[in-house]
Amino acid sequence: MSYELIGITVLWFFLYGYLIVASIDFGAGFFAYYARMTKKDHIMNQLISRYLSPVWEVTNVFFVFFFVGLVGFFPDTAYYYGQSLLIPGSIAIVLIAIRGSFYAFESYGSKDNAFYMFLYGATGLLIPASLSTALTISEGGFIEETANGVQLLYRELLTSPYSWSVVFLAIVSVLYISAMFLAYYANRAGDEPALELVRKYALFWSSPTIIASLTTFIALSQQNYDHYESALDLWWVFGISVAFFMIAVFLVYQGKYYGWAFVSVMFQFLFAFFGYGASHLPYILRPFITISSGVTNETMAISLIVVFIAGLCLLIPSLILLMRLFLFDADYVKGKK
Amino acid sequence: MFELDGATISRLLTSMTLLFHAIFATLGVGVPVLVSVAELIGIKKKDPHYTLLARRWTRGYTITVAVGVVTGTAIGLQLSLIWPSFMRFAGNVIALPLFMETFAFFFEAIFLGIYLYTWDRFKNPIYHWLLSIPVVIGGTMSAFFITTVNSFMNQPQGFDMENGTITAIDPLAAMFNPATPTKVFHVVSSSYLTAAAVLAAIAAISILLKKGSAYHKKALKLTVSMMFIFAILTAVAGDLSAKFLAEHQPEKLAAGEWHFETEAGADLVVFGTLNENNEVENAIRIPNALSFLAYGDFNAEVQGLEETPEDERPPLWIHYMFDLMVTIGFYTLGISMLFLVFWKIKKWNEHNRLILAGIAVAGPLSMLAIEFGWIYAEVGRQPWIMRGFMTVTEAATTSPYVGAMFWLFFALYVVLGVGCVVVLRKMFKDNPAELELEHRFPQIAATKEDDKS
Repeated sequence: MSYELIGITVLWFFLYGYLIVASIDFGAGFFAYYARMTKKDHIMNQLISRYLSPVWEVTNVFFVFFFVGLVGFFPDTAYYYGQSLLIPGSIAIVLIAIRGSFYAFESYGSKDNAFYMFLYGATGLLIPASLSTALTISEGGFIEETANGVQLLYRELLTSPYSWSVVFLAIVSVLYISAMFLAYYANRAGDEPALELVRKYALFWSSPTIIASLTTFIALSQQNYDHYESALDLWWVFGISVAFFMIAVFLVYQGKYYGWAFVSVMFQFLFAFFGYGASHLPYILRPFITISSGVTNETMAISLIVVFIAGLCLLIPSLILLMRLFLFDADYVKGKK
Repeated sequence: MFELDGATISRLLTSMTLLFHAIFATLGVGVPVLVSVAELIGIKKKDPHYTLLARRWTRGYTITVAVGVVTGTAIGLQLSLIWPSFMRFAGNVIALPLFMETFAFFFEAIFLGIYLYTWDRFKNPIYHWLLSIPVVIGGTMSAFFITTVNSFMNQPQGFDMENGTITAIDPLAAMFNPATPTKVFHVVSSSYLTAAAVLAAIAAISILLKKGSAYHKKALKLTVSMMFIFAILTAVAGDLSAKFLAEHQPEKLAAGEWHFETEAGADLVVFGTLNENNEVENAIRIPNALSFLAYGDFNAEVQGLEETPEDERPPLWIHYMFDLMVTIGFYTLGISMLFLVFWKIKKWNEHNRLILAGIAVAGPLSMLAIEFGWIYAEVGRQPWIMRGFMTVTEAATTSPYVGAMFWLFFALYVVLGVGCVVVLRKMFKDNPAELELEHRFPQIAATKEDDKS
C-alpha cells in the first residue's frame, strides 16, 4: 500500500469516527431540546446528559484530528480548501465554538437554561450542514482558480440540488444515528419510558435516511457523472450497507438486541462511507488534488504514520478506560454512580 | 474609514483569535499543575481544605478549558482558512508536531473527562490524584508541540529550498530548531506562573472583600508559593530567550530594545519615547546592561537594527511590549517574595491589605504580560510568517471576505467571553467555599479550629 493510500484511509477512518460520535452528540442535543419543548424532558434528559457530559470534548478531538491530519498528509488541501472554505469553515467554527462552550456553561454552570438548550439543539443540526459543504465542493464544479487565487462559487453552491441533498442527508443521518444509539443506551440503563420514546424517534428517522441517501445518489449523477459511475462499480458495498440498515431497523422494530442494532448502524455507515470514499479516489478535490499529486514528501509521510501508530498505542487504552467507566459501566449508566 | 489590505485584516483576525485563545490556553496549561499539587497536599495532610480547593479550581477550570478547546479548534482551522499558502508550505515540513499536538490534546481531553466525573468513585483517593497526572502531561505536551511550530516560524530549518520546491525534509530538525528550547521553557513556565498568579489573586480578593476563612488563607499560601517558584523559572527562561534572540534573531531583540547601532557595551533602554529622527528620549538607560542581557558579558558587541534591511525590520512599538512584559514579570517575583518574607517572619502580618492588593493585581497583570509577550513574539517576526522564507502578505488568503469574518469572530469572542464570566460568577457566588465545606465535610466545618489563624 502506498503512503498516500495509507494516509487517506487513516484519515477517512477518523472522519468516519467523527461521523458516528458527533452524530450521537449532535442528535442528542436536538432530542434533548425537542423533549423539553414537548414537555417530555423528564423522561430522557437525565439519560442524555449522563452520556454526553464526559465525552463531548473527545468528540471534538476527532474532528481536529481529521483536519490536522489532512493538512499534514496532503498539504495542498490546506491551500485549496482553506482558500475556498473561508466562509463555510468560519461558520462551522463559530457553531462548534458556541456549541462546545455553551454545553459546558449549561452543564457545569446554569442548569436547565432554556436558551442554552436551544443553542445546543440548533447548532447540532447546523454544524453537519455547514461541514458537509467540504464534501460537496470536493466533487468539483464549485471552485475556480483565477489569477487572484482559488475562489468558491457561492451561486453554484447555493443553487445546486446536489449540495442541498447532501445537507439534507447529513441532518437526517445525524438524527437517525443518534436515536439508534440512545435506544441502545436507554435499554442498557433499563430506562423503559426513555427507551419507548427514543425507539420511536429511531424508527421515525430511519426512512428519511434511506430516502436521502437515494436522492443524494441521484443528484450525484447530475453533479459528477464519473464519480457516480465509479460508485456504481462498487454497488455491492452500498448493497451491504443497505442490508445492515434493514437489520438495524428490524431489530429496533422488534424491540430486541439494541446493541446489535447499533452495531449494524455503524456498519451501515461504515460501508456507505467507504464506498463513497473509495469511488471518490483518486481525487481529494476534483480536479485540483488527487491523492498522489497532493501527498506530502515521503519523510513526512513516514514520520506521520509512525506518530500515528505510537499515538494509537497511547489513546486506545485511554479510550477503553473512558468507555469502561462511563459507557459500559452498568451502574454508571443506570445513574447509580 | 481607511482601507486595510487583505493581509492586514488577516493578521488582525488571527491576532484576535490568538490573544483570546492565549488567555484560556495559558490557564489550560497551568491550572492542572496547581490542582494536582493541591489535591496531593490534601491527601497527604488529610486536610479537606486542600481537597476542596482542587475540586473548586477544577470546576472553574472546566469552563475555561471548554472555551480553550473551542478557540483552539478555531485557530487550528483558521491557520488553513486564513493562511492557506503558509500551511501548504509549512505542512510539508512542520506537520509533525501539529499532528502530535492533537494526540496530546486528545489524551488530555480523555483524562480530564475521567478526572471530572470520578471524584468519589475510588476508595483510595490517591487513584483519583493519579488521574490528574495525564491531564498535566497532556496540557504541557500540547504547549510543547504547538510552541515548536511557533519556533519553526521564527527559525525555519529542516529542509532545503531549490527553485521554489522544498527538498531534503527533516521533520525532527524542523521541530527541534534553535528557537525551540528557550521558547518552550518560557511558554510553559510563564503559563504555570500566570495560572498561579490568577488563582492567588482570587484568594487575595476573597480575603480582602470578605475577610476570608482558613480555606482562603491556605489557598493564598499555596498559590503565592508556587507563584514565587514559577516567577524565578520564568525569569531564567526569559533571560535565556533574550540570549537566544541575540544570537539567532538579532533584529527582534534590536527592535524590542531600540538598539539601532551595533556596538560593544550596549546600554539597555527602558521605556522612553522616540522623536521624529528615531532618537530615544525620556528613557531610563542602564549602562552596558543590554550586552549583559544578550551575552552575559558587559562589554559584548550587540548587533543593532541598522544591519537589517529596512523592509525586513519589525515595527519599533514592540519595545513597549517587551518592557511591559518584563516589568510585570519582575513585579510578580517581587510581590510573591514579599508575601513569603512577611509570612516567614512571625511578627509581620502577611495578610496586610497592601500586600493582598498587590497580589490581587498581579493576577490580571500576569495575564496581560502573557498577551504582551505574544505580541512581542509575533509582531517582532514581521514582515515574516516564516522568517526568511515567506512574508505574511504572501501567505494570507486572497478571499475578499476576511473582513466580514473578522466581525463574525469578534462577535463570537464577545459572546464566549461574557458567557464565561457570567457562568463563573454564578458558579462560585451561589456556592461559597464555606457552604460547600460544610456540605461535603460536616465534621471539619463544625470544629472551626483554625479559623482564627
